[in-house]
Amino acid sequence: MSKVEKEMAIDCCLLAGRLMMEAGAETYRVEDTMARMAETQKLSATHSFVTPTGIIFSPGSPHHTKLIRIKNRTTDLEKVALVNAVSRKLSTNEYTLEEAYAELQAIEKANVMFPLWLQIIAAAIASGSFLILYNGLWTDVPAAIFAGGVGFVIATTMHELTRVKFFAEFIASLFIGLIGYAAIQTGLGTELDKIIIGSVMPLVPGLLITNAVRDLMAGHFMSGLSKGAEAFLTAFAIGAGVAFVLSF
Amino acid sequence: MTWIVQGIFSFIAATGFGIIFNAPRKMLFYCGFVGMTGWLIYSVFNELYGDPVQASFLGAFMVALVAHLFAKRFRTPMIIFSVAGIIPLVPGGMAYNAMRHIVEEDYLTAISFASGAFMVSGAIAMGLVFAEVIIQLIFRSGIGRKREKTV
Repeated sequence: MSKVEKEMAIDCCLLAGRLMMEAGAETYRVEDTMARMAETQKLSATHSFVTPTGIIFSPGSPHHTKLIRIKNRTTDLEKVALVNAVSRKLSTNEYTLEEAYAELQAIEKANVMFPLWLQIIAAAIASGSFLILYNGLWTDVPAAIFAGGVGFVIATTMHELTRVKFFAEFIASLFIGLIGYAAIQTGLGTELDKIIIGSVMPLVPGLLITNAVRDLMAGHFMSGLSKGAEAFLTAFAIGAGVAFVLSF
Repeated sequence: MTWIVQGIFSFIAATGFGIIFNAPRKMLFYCGFVGMTGWLIYSVFNELYGDPVQASFLGAFMVALVAHLFAKRFRTPMIIFSVAGIIPLVPGGMAYNAMRHIVEEDYLTAISFASGAFMVSGAIAMGLVFAEVIIQLIFRSGIGRKREKTV
């Protein structure tokens, strides 16, 4: 294998790792995928060190160690599945290296997210469902749906505007609290607690919590602790926003 | 009757989370199914024994177990199914109550709610890990000889 091809294989591994990490995959899965892709490309003695903010990849003797920065992390499970499928096809020789690299670059550019309106509707309906699951009253459902939808819209737009996730979550839960309070005052809702709990559920950092636990158990303490810290701060921001409303 | 209602709404809620987390379109139904099993196990045990910690453990265990089976079946990463399923078990109510009592300066009640939320979170984590270990043991013991390395 020529030097150019090896360099391409290294770039391919790094790209796959970065895409998975940005989409919210577990750290051990990223390391595993990168190692397996490197193995199929005859790169021996590779080492990778993956954290939520960057990947260090050392492809063995004649090649240089590379570092790639992970700037923003979202939750995009479909991308995780797509990259995983590419790595699978590469290891079963269904794809050549060039095809895999082209496919990964296509995945990087593609926008596979559900449209925003659908996400908002999903968040709103999920909020209403949680109200019922927590034994809320059927008459409170419209208030929870409205508050959940508005909360999700505010969280996404504020995140795009400010790029500070905790601030976005704080403002969103603040507004959820205010809407819940307004619903009680106007007689559209009866149980403030249940409306607020149901509506903040779409903001709960579920992926972070699950990944933090799985990373810690797999021995990736750095990633586990930092994801756990992110989850804790997010939960704290939500709680602070609600508490702000309740304190009046 | 209440179980049917609970089942339907937990399915809807978990599917909604599948959409928010952008799970692959074909897998949305299974995300909802995983969420429904987890929640039903949780609420049945919570009703019978009145202990949310044990119930959360069993619910999370079930979520991870079913998610692993789906992951093997469809050859996709396991988190696609487990993430949406875990959300209903998150102790939102207890955390909320803890926050409310802190605001009301009733710190003793707040601490008891906060410890409850902490215990439930720990139970969810343990449930996830137990299911994972058991699945690994089963598939290593020969049934899944031809298994893929990544779940």
